[in-house]
Amino acid sequence: MISDKKFIVEGKLAENERIKGESNFLRGTIAQDLKDDLTGGFTADNFQLIRFHGMYQQDDRDIRAERAKQKLEPLHNVMLRARLPGGIISPTQWLAIDKFAEDHSIYGSIRLTTRQTFQFHGVLKPHIKLMHQTLNKVGIDSIATAGDVNRNVLCTSNPVESEVHQQAYEWAKKISEHLLPKTRAYAEIWLDGEKVETTEDEPILGNNYLPRKFKTTVVIPPHNDIDVHANDLNFVAIAQEGKLIGFNVLVGGGLAMTHGDHSTYPRKADDFGFIPLEKTLDVAAAVVGTQRDWGNRVNRKNAKTKYTLERVGVENFKAEVEKRAEIKFEQSRPYEFTSRGDRFGWVEGVDGKYHLTVFIENGRILDYPGKTLKTGCAEIAKVHKGDFRLTANQNLVIAGVPPEQKQQIETLAKTHGLISDGVSNQRLDSMACVSLPTCPLAMAEAERYLPGAVTDIEGLLEKHGIPERSIIFRVTGCPNGCGRAMLAEVGLVGKGPGKYNFHLGGDREGTRIPKMYKENISEQEILTHLDELIGRWAKESNENEAFGDFLIRTKVIAPVVNSAKDFYA
Amino acid sequence: MSSKNNQALVPTAVINDSQWQKINSAIAPLNNDQLTWMSGYLAGLAHQQSGIHAVAPASSASVAEKQLTILYGSQTGNAKGVAQDYKEKAQHAGLKVNLLSMADYKAKQLKNETHLLIVVSTHGEGDAPDDAIELHEFVGSKKAPKLPDLNFAVVGLGDSSYEFFCQTAKDFDARLEALGGKRLTPRVDCDVDYETVTNAFFDQIAIQLKEEFAASQTRVEQTSTVAGVASLATGKSEYTKKSPFTATLLESQKITGRDSVKDIRHVEISLEDSGIQYQPGDALGIWFSNDELLVDELLSLVEVDANEQVTVGDQTISIKTALIEKFELTLSYPTFVKSYLDSAPNEKLQALFEDKAQLRDYLADKQIVDIVVDFPAKITAEQLARALRPITPRLYSIASSQAEVDDEVHLTVAMVEYDVNGNVRNGSASHFLGKRLEEGQEVKVFVEHNNNFRLPQNPDTPVIMVGPGTGIAPFRAFMQQRAEDEAEGKNWLFFGNPNYTQDFLYQTEWQRFVKDGVVDKVTLAFSRDQEQKVYVQHRLLENGAELYEWLEQGAHFYVCGDATHMAKDVHDALLTVIQEHGGKSAEEAEAYLTEMRRGKRYQKDVY
Repeated sequence: MISDKKFIVEGKLAENERIKGESNFLRGTIAQDLKDDLTGGFTADNFQLIRFHGMYQQDDRDIRAERAKQKLEPLHNVMLRARLPGGIISPTQWLAIDKFAEDHSIYGSIRLTTRQTFQFHGVLKPHIKLMHQTLNKVGIDSIATAGDVNRNVLCTSNPVESEVHQQAYEWAKKISEHLLPKTRAYAEIWLDGEKVETTEDEPILGNNYLPRKFKTTVVIPPHNDIDVHANDLNFVAIAQEGKLIGFNVLVGGGLAMTHGDHSTYPRKADDFGFIPLEKTLDVAAAVVGTQRDWGNRVNRKNAKTKYTLERVGVENFKAEVEKRAEIKFEQSRPYEFTSRGDRFGWVEGVDGKYHLTVFIENGRILDYPGKTLKTGCAEIAKVHKGDFRLTANQNLVIAGVPPEQKQQIETLAKTHGLISDGVSNQRLDSMACVSLPTCPLAMAEAERYLPGAVTDIEGLLEKHGIPERSIIFRVTGCPNGCGRAMLAEVGLVGKGPGKYNFHLGGDREGTRIPKMYKENISEQEILTHLDELIGRWAKESNENEAFGDFLIRTKVIAPVVNSAKDFYA
Repeated sequence: MSSKNNQALVPTAVINDSQWQKINSAIAPLNNDQLTWMSGYLAGLAHQQSGIHAVAPASSASVAEKQLTILYGSQTGNAKGVAQDYKEKAQHAGLKVNLLSMADYKAKQLKNETHLLIVVSTHGEGDAPDDAIELHEFVGSKKAPKLPDLNFAVVGLGDSSYEFFCQTAKDFDARLEALGGKRLTPRVDCDVDYETVTNAFFDQIAIQLKEEFAASQTRVEQTSTVAGVASLATGKSEYTKKSPFTATLLESQKITGRDSVKDIRHVEISLEDSGIQYQPGDALGIWFSNDELLVDELLSLVEVDANEQVTVGDQTISIKTALIEKFELTLSYPTFVKSYLDSAPNEKLQALFEDKAQLRDYLADKQIVDIVVDFPAKITAEQLARALRPITPRLYSIASSQAEVDDEVHLTVAMVEYDVNGNVRNGSASHFLGKRLEEGQEVKVFVEHNNNFRLPQNPDTPVIMVGPGTGIAPFRAFMQQRAEDEAEGKNWLFFGNPNYTQDFLYQTEWQRFVKDGVVDKVTLAFSRDQEQKVYVQHRLLENGAELYEWLEQGAHFYVCGDATHMAKDVHDALLTVIQEHGGKSAEEAEAYLTEMRRGKRYQKDVY
């Protein structure tokens, strides 16, 4: 495939390009590092390369300084993010995951994440191979869930319309498989797979892999739970009479930015048009291929698809995709997003089975005093006949429960605090990334800050007489944006310890990016502003007018229409 | 003033090279005032002993002259200290004396001895100290010669709470007699509070020896004053156990992680202005005071008023001060039980006292206060003071090299804390250093030199270090020294502890040593990181082939740490490795190790 040279950014390649190029298809010297017990960490290039295998090297940042004094290295460990297209997991798999987290991770938790998968946090080097082998035994891997590749493919958790969901989910899996790296490095290193003497090649991702991370979803309107505008490539399911017929293709969303660098910004995806089902994989490969060849490999901060689109022009990018996939995008089919949140509690699917969605604060499944979430999930897994579905909002669906088992599951869920009364709408609509103490990028608290912050906001809603209303409230510990704060009505982006950039004006459906209202303010200042704004909202809003819409209408904040031009304006 | 400039001025006829080196190393740390004082002191000395030069050649020529040979076998330095004391006393008494470590003594020489004094300790289950093993075996073997001309005396050091109390001394005593030797005076077996006993013992035989020597010896050398200078010249500091240096605590930093099952401290002490010189392998003696809380508890249990005055030595002080400063409270010893029983008879305790083995088990994990808790009685301050033995300083292997830390000394100190019937009991010196002493406060210290634990003379010689737990301390000193010396020899550390993330002592420093190419290999054994406990000896076996290769290349093998289990297990592992990878029989492997020990290539610092 010949790329148009004029769209290639010339210059000295970023350091990561050297690392990938010299890695021998993502092997590096990881195997040697595993044997080096002088350090619990990985050295040099391998620190980056393990990401392509689904792991990040982290440490307990709370005790980093303390350990330096103790002449101990940071408490190095890895976080593993599993590849779980569409977030579906069987009870057998759940039990294996539960046991590994219990026996071999520092934090003992299963963390459901915004990428609709689970993460192990705090796995020490001697247990890493065991971790991959344990997952492998139950059919799970973590290939390409991080790094410059196509990552875990999301799919709307919609268990009700089971047929469309089943088809959409199958596509999510197929896309994930199709775009996976072909190198055998993962099997070789972690599963003690045989070393096969073949000339390797990465026909889709390229031998230097992608310029930057790449995220893909399959979404089933009207639910936008997976947040299309946070993703590089989205397949919007178009169904007719309960059958999937094709997808509208949205390209170039993404929320990551860099503090102080105005050439970076969150950006919504552009609608390229409709494609029939059979062209799905070709289009996926063509979008990835175009980004692979045209993406900026000189400046990593401008390497994502969204910046490529801005630089080459949406029409040029789209034309290239059409050329490569040998299609013409048809006019987009109409669809509407009306919600992003999960539907908590029991619903009955069209197939007569029941599905229970439970709220997991911060997605952290762990046994808390009086709330034994982890034990509860495991107890359910032991008897459950259906499956589990992880949502992109970090919640859990116990799906496919036959009517006769509904009571048993409900009792277990109640006993272990998975169902509890009195969780406010505000809490259900709040979300945070992991951040401190494990995430190396974190600048401010997120997961640990969220519960208290929500309690404060609940207090304000109560104070202003609207306790049943809620605001999409999201906290992300750094501008990288895992907590998707850049699609919230109130979005906080970590800036420093206890300090956040305070963004306002997103909408409830996730189709408008919020704008910065105040820079680098304290938790207390945030509350003071919210107190005033919620007070006005309570008094002055139109009927059912959402907080973000209200702020735009009353000109508290200007809407972001075209981020490249007006996000910082 | 540089020593090099000086050297040109020295008439070699007066002072030979080796003397000159010694003098130089002794005066190097002195400042101008000290040098000025020394010059006067030496002049005075010369005046006092005019004639000494004339005497010296004659004395070395006089072969027939009677000589007292003092041999010591010492694990922790106590027996060596006693032997050194004896040497000084003998010289004071005008006796010609030769002091040697058993390790440096040629066994064949035995048959030429006329007067032999043996000072030897026993440790563990009746084991001889490392430097005595060979001689002990030789004397006990069929190879030992008849010794009809020998007059001998034996002093044993040990701990009476052990079953084989002073066993090594008993063996020497019995064998020397069996070989035809004549006992000068009955053997004494000294307990942990040995000093008064050993002093009395020597005073007694000194008289005997003087008479015997006088009969054959007309000329007596007056070398006593010179001895002081000589000891200075060999790098010994003027500060000793009896007159320690008052140093300052710089830092006491916990170096195990927050979730560790152990609390181990890195302790830094300033020796500024002391002129103290130590070498990697030496130990630091720490004088500590007892915990006031512990003293209060003990006083209230025996119902003694804290202000009551008692006489300790030539001082009259309050019993409370005495308990804090003067007496041993954190170790238990049978003599206390005996005195306590004398003051307050108790049937049960009496029964326990009479069963040696049971008593030893009982006392093993008890402090004095626990005995009083278990067998309460009201006694007087005087009775209490009499029952207790004097406080003794604790020795810690030094964890630093002066090449790296100048006038500091570093230690690696495990906080000893245990539960006795629900009461938390603390180790004495560790608790003092780690918990009670604040940074900037004073601590009395002295250096205990240990020539049996030294880096190879040759910087190219490979070094293997086995130092689990706090046993890592001297190896930190070794590597600091080798780094500073830019020694080319390979270095291999074996280290172990419970958990990798919590207990890898000095992890970042070892990483640095490896990165800088000072240390070639680090082999780790973290016992609790997997179901099957793994210790350093397992790692030695796993690495047997390479280990043997290093030994064949002339590597020195060092072990530091726990004496009761670890050092034995390591010894056994080493034997196995030599057998397996050297294709040797058990006897040949033993001989191989003996040869290593003789060549100072197998050294232990265990406790």
